[in-house]
Amino acid sequence: MAVTDEIAIKPSSEALLRDGPGKPPRNMGQILRFLLLFAGGVLMVMPIAFMISTSLKWPHEVYNLNFIPEEPTLENYTYVLEDGRFYWWFLNSIVIAVITTISSVLFDSLVGYTLCKFRFPGRYIVFIAILSTLMIPTEMLVIPWYLMSQQFGWLDTYWGIMFPGLMTAFGTFLMKQFFETVPDDFIEAARIDGLNELQIWWTVAMPLVRPALAALAIFVFLGNWTAFIWPLIVTNSVEMYTLPVGLSSFGDEADVAWELIMTGAAISTIPTLIVFLIFQRFIIRGVVMAGLKG
Amino acid sequence: MKLYRDLTIRQKQIAWAWAFLAIPVLFYGVIRFYPTGNAILISFQDWNLLGARTWTGLDNYQKLFADPVFWKVFRNTFVYLLLGTPVSLVISFVVAYHLDKTRFLHGFLRMLYFLPFMTSAVAMAWVWRWFYQPVPIGLFNNFLASLGIPQINFLNSTTNALPAILAPAVWAGLGFQIIIFMAGLRAIPKSYYEAARIDGVSTWTVLWEITLPLLKPTIVFIVVFSSIGFLRIFDHVYNMTTQNPGGPLNSTKPLVLMIYQTAFNSFDMGYAAAQTVVLFLVLLVVSLLQLRILRDR
Repeated sequence: MAVTDEIAIKPSSEALLRDGPGKPPRNMGQILRFLLLFAGGVLMVMPIAFMISTSLKWPHEVYNLNFIPEEPTLENYTYVLEDGRFYWWFLNSIVIAVITTISSVLFDSLVGYTLCKFRFPGRYIVFIAILSTLMIPTEMLVIPWYLMSQQFGWLDTYWGIMFPGLMTAFGTFLMKQFFETVPDDFIEAARIDGLNELQIWWTVAMPLVRPALAALAIFVFLGNWTAFIWPLIVTNSVEMYTLPVGLSSFGDEADVAWELIMTGAAISTIPTLIVFLIFQRFIIRGVVMAGLKG
Repeated sequence: MKLYRDLTIRQKQIAWAWAFLAIPVLFYGVIRFYPTGNAILISFQDWNLLGARTWTGLDNYQKLFADPVFWKVFRNTFVYLLLGTPVSLVISFVVAYHLDKTRFLHGFLRMLYFLPFMTSAVAMAWVWRWFYQPVPIGLFNNFLASLGIPQINFLNSTTNALPAILAPAVWAGLGFQIIIFMAGLRAIPKSYYEAARIDGVSTWTVLWEITLPLLKPTIVFIVVFSSIGFLRIFDHVYNMTTQNPGGPLNSTKPLVLMIYQTAFNSFDMGYAAAQTVVLFLVLLVVSLLQLRILRDR
């Protein structure tokens, strides 16, 4: 696949130039380029790798420079999990990230679809209004959100943590762009077949934008999983913390060993790393789609 | 149901559209627009959550502009921007440019560079905080010591702490920017390079005359996007300086941290709201200026 792509894209003369005979310096340059890129890549993952390696070390070894633990142990994980708080924080983070992801994907695509495929009075105003919220930084909204939460008793609840993230303007805009690729004829045909508009959206249009939905889901999940300032403000009790807020307070306690902090950091990082390793191609494509269309 | 059947096709469409939009419009109204207006309103009031809300006009803004801490914070925020944006732009372009030309293990290398983007800022702030600790704890200083190089005081120094906190923020964003740059590089038609090669133009000239000018939309996007990120820096600063947030001596405090402390440590909501309005204006002005300057050239 990759090979045919290359041949198709690159004009043959360039391929000739590249593989022409008697060009050892050029190859040397490419070897050097590869080695430098590789060294840079290793530096990039070093903080993550040291975090994981330290979380597997016994206390006496933590401050040594060796990367591979002499006697790897899961003792730190057992200790941190037995403490119980990380269980709660992990659970809270999962629940919040999953619910906000489902909500955002559904609502953003529904709104994006409506703005893209329907003609109705007010369409342009709604579109501009939603788009304009992209310019407002979250930090400007946290004070009113806090006051609102205080008034309605949302402080220190799941709902309180989640409500600001139930829909995103960015996702709406992204999905609107992608529904442009769904031919109007398909929708018209479904209408003639007697499907109602909700059915058309769900069974005709949605399956056609699946890659975009996956990309959006991953971004929203990552955003909510790592969200810090709002959960920090809205939660009070330790059981309601999310992983980032919990880790922040855990690290700040007096005399917490660094290997335990690294273990907590690893617990909050490994899930998204696994998601990345499984859906790598999706995510890379998603970044490009979001970056170029969003 | 009878009523619905009597509508024309166009009327049905309008009814469906508004049915779909009802909840979202309510959401954006209550959770986005109302709070925006409310923040601006509160910024003209004196309110510490317990006492009465009193209208004070521009007092909060006058107090802010007379506050030396604010100007320190304002300066810090722009130092994050003016260091972070160019550094991450140059590194990500250089990596993307070379990665684009490397086919061997391309996917693997790309993964290495992208991985930090998938981490949580809080977790990584703690990892880097550990790296920065003095001997015998911190990895960096232990490494320097093993080479016989004197220690560096990272987080306790008023001059080193800000770049030390900025480093993981730059690091985490590189992967995203590299992918965007590579997509931009791919979008340049091969025929341009072809023509340049036939004319025997040097690699540098190709870079300056073809690649960079054609990458301008990508560069504009990355500059604006990463600038907004650096102007809003908070997670890294807060977590790397928890004992004395924004310290030492406010030397690392960005605007968002000042907002957080004013609102949720001092509960001075009016004053904090005025700071958020200033943040909004800073973001707006910087983005518009960048778009203007970069588009024109």
